[in-house]
Parts: sequence; structure tokens; C-alpha cells
Amino acid sequence: MSRASTGDEPLRREVTSVAAERGPLAMEAIGISKDFRLPRGQRILAVREVSFNLYRGAVVALVGESGSGKSTVARLLAGQERLTSGSIRLDGQPLDLSTRQAFRRHKSEVQLVFQDPFASLNPVHTVRYHLQRPVRLHQGKLSKDEVAREVAALMEQVQLTPAEQFLAKYPYELSGGQRQRVSFARALAARPSVLLADEPVSMLDVSIRLEMLSLLDDLRRRFRLALLYITHDIASARYFADEVLVMYAGQIVERGPAEELTQYPAHPYTQLLVASAPDPDNLGSTLRGGAQRNTRQPAQASTAPIGCPFSPRCPLADDRCRRDDPALERVSAVRAAACWRLDVAAPEVLAGRQGGGDMTS
Amino acid sequence: MSAVRGDGAVRGGSATRSGSATRGGSAVRGGGPASRSGPPVLAIRDLSVVYRTPAGDVRAVDQVNLELQAGEVVGLAGESGSGKSTLAYSTCRLLRAPALITSGSVRYQGRRMAEPAEILRMRPDELKRLRWREIAIVFQSAMNALNPVLNVRDQLTDVIHAHLRVSRNEAREKVASLLDLVGIPRSRLRSYPHELSGGMRQRVMIAMAMATDPEIVIMDEPTTALDVVVQRDILAQIVELKERLAFSILFITHDLSLLLELADRIAVMYAGQLVEIGTASEIQHAPAHPYTRGLLNSFPSLRGPRRDLAGIPGSPPDLRSPPPGCAFLPRCAYGRDACTSVDMRLAPVASSPDPEHVTACPFVLPETPVRPGPAAGPRTGSTRPSLLAQAPAPDAGVSFAGAAEGGPGREELTP
Repeated sequence: MSRASTGDEPLRREVTSVAAERGPLAMEAIGISKDFRLPRGQRILAVREVSFNLYRGAVVALVGESGSGKSTVARLLAGQERLTSGSIRLDGQPLDLSTRQAFRRHKSEVQLVFQDPFASLNPVHTVRYHLQRPVRLHQGKLSKDEVAREVAALMEQVQLTPAEQFLAKYPYELSGGQRQRVSFARALAARPSVLLADEPVSMLDVSIRLEMLSLLDDLRRRFRLALLYITHDIASARYFADEVLVMYAGQIVERGPAEELTQYPAHPYTQLLVASAPDPDNLGSTLRGGAQRNTRQPAQASTAPIGCPFSPRCPLADDRCRRDDPALERVSAVRAAACWRLDVAAPEVLAGRQGGGDMTS
Repeated sequence: MSAVRGDGAVRGGSATRSGSATRGGSAVRGGGPASRSGPPVLAIRDLSVVYRTPAGDVRAVDQVNLELQAGEVVGLAGESGSGKSTLAYSTCRLLRAPALITSGSVRYQGRRMAEPAEILRMRPDELKRLRWREIAIVFQSAMNALNPVLNVRDQLTDVIHAHLRVSRNEAREKVASLLDLVGIPRSRLRSYPHELSGGMRQRVMIAMAMATDPEIVIMDEPTTALDVVVQRDILAQIVELKERLAFSILFITHDLSLLLELADRIAVMYAGQLVEIGTASEIQHAPAHPYTRGLLNSFPSLRGPRRDLAGIPGSPPDLRSPPPGCAFLPRCAYGRDACTSVDMRLAPVASSPDPEHVTACPFVLPETPVRPGPAAGPRTGSTRPSLLAQAPAPDAGVSFAGAAEGGPGREELTP
């Protein structure tokens, strides 16, 4: 399923991640793909040749709608799914899941936080159990006292204090925000270098999301975590992430520094995402103007990719878009986009004149 | 929380008084579609609901006054557990034990009714005619609200036969036109809920609510589980349907940013009480209640300069034993001694030209300077204007509580 080559592959590599400024390279995804097999020989291409790097102390956001393959990327990085093709490197070493020990070593370094804190905690166990287990599993032989101290410290880190009071509780006795704090603490119990947060706040109330993101950011800084933040909320990515990767139908269609990308989106899909975010300052624009008929179809992880996956929904799509899949190409030193019609979609970005105006309107 | 608040004679000229007609109608409403001159379609007065538990009564809705005009979109915003769904469902008497409506009145005046009806005193057969026919609800989780073993056509036919007297052929035609209305291709008639995408399911829910041409549609977080593009599409659909079919909407959500765009008026709920009511523009540009300010400062905006965002530190009170006075006090940046004995009835915002912009906080005005949250520690100067100010280096000694809990509530814009 290789994308149309345009002959200037080297150029594409020159796009550097702004996240690299924060710390050393922690994890690399190099052209990773994942197919899911369906009955009757069909395949779903959930992830298609996705490449990116995670750096210690930096946040990379993976933004896209339901079904775009974001969570599959996280599961691949966590070693929970086998790659169809491509490779993953952790601290320069290829991913090794061949033995139980190797898998556990990987788990110690790479931890996942899930979206739904109601489903991800075991209802019949206390908070203490949820934290003791990973501490024992991942931190070697510790005495009872040492485990207790470690657990108390974790509770402190995620601000569930007084720790003793919370440790005895069951998940149903906690609010959504408190449960997600337990999830964070559980992930930290393994002392990971990479944290994959899959929609960590989207199940929570708007008013506490910010607090949770602040906590996550604080943990990132304190433990120099390489953080992959998966979300469908591009506005939170603007505030929280260093680099943003926009994913559509299993592919990365645009990447760049968070502020630049959200303010001057180049790819038509990113522009749609940005235009869909609630905008109190733009009362009565698109919402009251009636439905945008153009956007009706949901993203489909295609079974037989022909042309640009966004072309059925893209207002700019032409014959070439429907025929050939564009590669992710360098737009500036830090930005790349996969679109044939960038000259029409985002002339300002191409020209490097990004102060020119709001292209989302 | 006994009924010390009198009997609906709300202090001042609150929005909840029925005398709003005397004030020259919609002049202050900034061109909203609804006219304030007629009687409200729905008038909730002094409504209180408790949940009876062994550990004591949970005061879920406390002395709420709210009106819904014909054709109006009223947004009800608040956190989980603030009582917004309880309030909405009690207007249809959809609550069951241990919920108990302890006081108040809910009057409904529809086009098809000669005179206002008191919902809280309706007999079961009257209630059956009211529900869905007059007031329909779009529930939050479309997957759970749809019957998994019925296909789309059967779900819709079921509703139509239960509430309207029509022949089978008419019902079939109605089903087809309803699907057209919400933009679902007719080829989906025989699809089961699990075969539909989340957005499609929510559209079926909306079509079901539209089936009986109701006067009021209560929407309980209809787009919360959807992603942004689909959410926007559904909201646009709702607005379009509302314009065409002229019903009123009570829109419940925890996401205030949605309401700012969608609603004509917004009621903000905290710990079972309404703390502020105003037009969308007043809530956005001149929020009076500290809780409203906190909500406004909770969501990152995609456009405009990056602001320092604070969220609302702390968590809501235990409604089994609510604190005296203002329930928001422990989380409030503007708290003072008088707050423990404050009268939480809504009163007009003193400095607002609109007497229908009401707040429960007598101390904070829209022009009161924004203050940091109560848990805020001393803040070091941050060069990066974001919700997550970057500390210079990882440091085991960093005060944790200060960093995450205590973001300041300042709204100053950084270029």
C-alpha cells in the first residue's frame, strides 16, 4: 500500500520534529502498518506507514476522529498488537517481544493510559491493589514496607491525598477524575520512559479536563516522560502538545508544531477539524448556516485504498486525488502534509507567509 | 435545606418571573428567534428533587426556577452530578424512586392545549399523552437508548404507533420522511443499531424525538460521545430542524463552549442550584458568577491568542450535607465570610442592562477583576503563555499541589 512516490524522498526526511528540542529520542515508529483480517479475505488497513518519533520530556499529539487508527498506533507501540510491517525502536533498540521477559521489559518502559477510567479499573479491587501489583511486577524484589512507601509516593504524585484514605477505596467510590488519577499512578508505577495516553480526558467533565492535563504535563516534566497524547480534540492539542500529528484513515496527513499547525492548517482535513471545533467568537457562522452536507461520511479505514483517502469528503478533490495517494511531503523545515492541492488549500503555508490571516474561516 | 426561600416570589426582577412580558419583549435578547412576549411553553418554579438514601436525602435539585419560551434554545450547563439531568427528567416525571419531587410546579402550555397544565399533578393517562407527544427526550447514549434487537424502521414505527393514531401505511411513510429529515439514507431502514456509526445512531434518536412533532425537545448530552466533526454536523442538523419545525430545546451539556454557539439563553447549574442565567452573549462576555467564570476558563480555544487557563480546582460538594450558604464557596476565588450565609436566590446582575441576566452571587459582578483560584500558590513568571506553564527543569522538589491545582484564573491575553 505504498503511497505514490514523488521522487524526492530525501526532502521528506528533512522535516524535523519540534519535540526534539525537549530531550533525547525515546521511541521511533518507522513506517509502521497494521492490517486487520476480516472474513472472506478482506483486510482493514487500520494503520498505514506511519512514522514519528517521541522524545523525552516532550508531548506529541495524535489527532483524528473515531476509527482513524489512533488507538491502534498506541497499541502497536505498547506491544499489544503485532506489526504488519515497519519497525519500532525504543532507545535505539528494535522492539523485542519474543519472550515474556522481553515483553515485560517493554511494558516497564512503555505504559498505556486508557480513555475510560470506569472500564479500565477492576471494580472488585481497591486502589491499593491497582498500584501494588505493577510496583511488584516492574520494580523487582521489594519488601512490604518498600512497596507501601512506593504506593504512597505514587498517590502523592497524582495528588490523591490523604493517600491512606484513597488506597482503601474501590473504583465505584471515586469520581471520574479521581479514577483517572489512579490510572496515571498505575502507569507510573512501572517507572516508564514513554507514556501513551489514549484520550485520557475525553470521558471527563470539561471543568476537570484541564486539571488532569495539567497533572499529566506535570508528570511529564517531573519524570521526563515521552508522551504520546491521543485525542480528537485538536484545541487541547494546541495547548498541551509540542508537535501535532493529524491522522486520517490510518495515515498521517499532516504534522507540525502545535501552534503553527492549529493556527494555519494546511491539509483540508485539518482545516475541517479546526473548523468543527466550537467557536464562541464566531457565533452563527457554520452552525446556523445549516448542515455541511459535504462532511457526512465518516472516515473509513479502507479495505482497498485508491487515491487520497480524504478525497471523497474533500472539497478540493480532483481526478489526481481520486487516483493517486499523496505522500507526506515537506512543507517547511518543521511541517509536512499529504495533499496534492496544497497550492489551493493553503497557499500561505506553502509560501511561508503564515501571519497572513486566518485560513480556517 | 428546608424551604426557607419563600414561594416563588423571586427577589427582584428575575428571569423566572412571569412578568417578563411587561419589559418590551425581545429587545434585549439580541435577535434570538424566540419572542419573550408570549407565555412560556414550560415554566419550572421552585422545583426541588431529592434522592432518598439510607445515608440521608441527596438534594439533587434545589428550588430551581426556569422558563422555556416557544422556539427558544435554553442551555443547561453544569458538571456531572450537578443535577441537570434530574432537573430535565423531572419535567416529564421520568424519575423513579428513590427520587422524589419534594416541592415546586412545572407548568406546560403547548399549542395543542387550551390552558396551561400542571405536570406534577397529572394522572398517568395525561402523562402518557404529554410524554413524547408534547415533550420528547434525546438521551445521551444512543447505543443504550436504542433497542438492539429492533431495526431502525421498527424503532420508529413503534414510537409512532404508541403515540399517534395512524394507519400502518401512514406510519411507514412517516418513518421514511423522518429519515430524510435527519439525513439518513432510506437504505438504512433495516439496519440494526450496532450496524450504525455513533453519529448515525444519534440521528436515529433525533428522528425518534421528531416523530410526534413535539413542542419541546430535551437533549441530554446528545453529542458527548461523538467526535468533533460529527458533533458539529449533528448540532447543525438540530438547529436546522428547530428552524423548520419550530420546537423549543432544553439542551443539557457539561461543555459550555457548545452552548455559547447554540443556545439563546444559558442556565448554569451547580450542586443542584441554578447559579446564573443569561443570554449566550452575556454568559460569554459578562459572566457574573464565579462558577460560570471557571467554566469559561476551562476549555482551550482553538482560535485567538493562547490564554492562561485554570479550570476549576476542587470537586463539587457532597449533596447529602451541603454546606450552608453558597455551595461553590470551597472552590471559589472570591469567597468571603458572608458567603456562608448568602441568599442563593437569583437576582439581576446589578450592573447589567438586562434585568433577565441573573446571578446567585451578590458579590461578584461581570466587571470584578478576575482572581486566582483559592488553591493558588505563589506563581512564578512563566514565559510560555499556556495552560501548562513549563518549569525550567525537572525537579523533585517542585511543589506538586501548587503546580497543578493552583493555576491562576487570570484571563489576561498574551500576544
